[in-house]
Amino acid sequence: MAAAVKVVLIFAALLTVFALMTWAERRLLAFMQFRLGPNRAGPLGILQPAADGIKLFFKEEVVPAAANRWVFLAAPVVSVATAVLAIGVLPYGPPFTLFGRQWQLQIADLGVGVLYIFAVTSLGVYGPVLAGWSSNSKYTLLGGLRSSAQMFSYELALGLSWVGVIMLAGSFRIGDIVDHQAGGFWCWNAVVQLPAFIVYFVAATAEVSRIPFDLPEGETELVAGFHTEYSSMKFAMFQMAEYLNMITVAVLGTDLFLGGWHSGLPFLPSSGIWGFGWFAAKVGLVLFAFIWLRGTLPRFRYDQLMGFGWKVLIPVAVLNILATAAAVVLFGL
Amino acid sequence: MAPDFIPHALLLSLALFSVGLLGVFLRRNIITVLMCVELMLNGVNLAFVAFSRAQGTLEGQVLVFFVLVVAAAEAAVGLAIVIAIHRHKDTLDVDAFNLLKW
Amino acid sequence: MIDAILFYVFAALALGSALVVIGQRHAIYSAFALIVTLCSLSAIYGLLGSPFIAVLQLVVYAGAIMVLFLFVIMLLNVGREEREGGERSGLKIAAGILTGVLLLQAGAVLLQAVVAPAPGFDASTHKMAQDLFSPRYLYAFEATSILILASIVGAVALAKKDL
Repeated sequence: MAAAVKVVLIFAALLTVFALMTWAERRLLAFMQFRLGPNRAGPLGILQPAADGIKLFFKEEVVPAAANRWVFLAAPVVSVATAVLAIGVLPYGPPFTLFGRQWQLQIADLGVGVLYIFAVTSLGVYGPVLAGWSSNSKYTLLGGLRSSAQMFSYELALGLSWVGVIMLAGSFRIGDIVDHQAGGFWCWNAVVQLPAFIVYFVAATAEVSRIPFDLPEGETELVAGFHTEYSSMKFAMFQMAEYLNMITVAVLGTDLFLGGWHSGLPFLPSSGIWGFGWFAAKVGLVLFAFIWLRGTLPRFRYDQLMGFGWKVLIPVAVLNILATAAAVVLFGL
Repeated sequence: MAPDFIPHALLLSLALFSVGLLGVFLRRNIITVLMCVELMLNGVNLAFVAFSRAQGTLEGQVLVFFVLVVAAAEAAVGLAIVIAIHRHKDTLDVDAFNLLKW
Repeated sequence: MIDAILFYVFAALALGSALVVIGQRHAIYSAFALIVTLCSLSAIYGLLGSPFIAVLQLVVYAGAIMVLFLFVIMLLNVGREEREGGERSGLKIAAGILTGVLLLQAGAVLLQAVVAPAPGFDASTHKMAQDLFSPRYLYAFEATSILILASIVGAVALAKKDL
């Protein structure tokens, strides 16, 4: 019963954050590019996502004649479903007591939480592949295959970057990993496991296909990549899946590397609403970093992208695991 | 939380194995044959996990781990062979790979 | 109670999509059906109390092996229909009979098996790691890592255009 309420609340909160993210991204990118961005719809343009949603809703639904109809309709569903599934196991704040009960801001507290996230991101590869193939167009097929190859290449580096963190915390449960980082900002995994944090951030940017790794949907390269033939609500679902994935990796990065809801200094409170405030601030910082990267860096070429993932990130992550394992065995951390 | 559907899980594993076996016999596309082999391996995995639950030890699950790894290796090499053959013969019909027949 | 209902739902889904795998004409629909089978099997592993194997099944099988299959099917542009070869009907009948015999024999044995779930079953990752890295299986574990390396090298060598 409580789980159902949590599902509704967290889902509604995430959709709101998604809408705010689209607005924030366009405004912040505009400021970085020395222009204003959308500021007409509502005060400061805050109703722009609502306007976009209404516009997309009324657009014409086009399904290409030679497309494989059922797979074409199923691909955005697969994308959004895997994006939403990962949201269920992430903690969004410290446990707090209300009406005499202990509440967890987490839908499902799995013992294999981090592995489950890995599994769901592995399944997320299918959205672009199915979309690209079913549209029956050379641009989309190439874009879909490129996108899926990129996603599962960087998934390896992503997973390997977590192994050091898991070894230090001794558990796959995300709550345990967050609690391991209590005490001060020098205990955060971003400080203790700096190479892993860098690998995680880069691999996460590539995993959600954000600039500088957004070749699969590069507008100037492949028309629009795997979602070329998509219009109206199905296109909106792909965008929603991308933003939800971005929010998921930001929340996961905050939980695994930036100390979750613990404030960085021992004299600042970290429980209850304060913890949630710290958590929200950190997630906002990571999301701002994603937007900042988008406004700053040019796009990687595809062979550079694959070479970087396999030849640089994976060896760095593996060396980090070796060093962490040696430290755990020798110094009993 | 004790599941009493373990006998049915074993029957399901047998059913999956025989469906995969039928597929290996009956299908002509070599990629589909490889997929049916994966289906057979999954049937076996389910039997291992069900017996491990019945016995209470984790030996079955360790064996499932190894079967998973071997299946991944076999799928990779099998598909590479399919690609190499397709480059020569330009067909994926199992009956066309008969160069070693006397 | 709810576990049993979920098990039968996933079992029906797994068996149904397995039949689609062998029945479909086009290879790519067989691949999609196999993905559905693998995901429902993963759910069944979870219901049988093995979260680690359930997640591993999703990561390795549904997330990696099937992506490989889909890549090969899309890149080789596997044709739409298979020709229905009528000259092999004798083989098909024999295959059907033999599989039926297997089903009957193994089914009879399995139905007599005494399989009650053992109490105190602990399949956490911790216990699994203790078993996997124990001296009994450690050698096999290291051997599988070499096996994977060999299969990577072999797959690249076989699929390259010019050696």
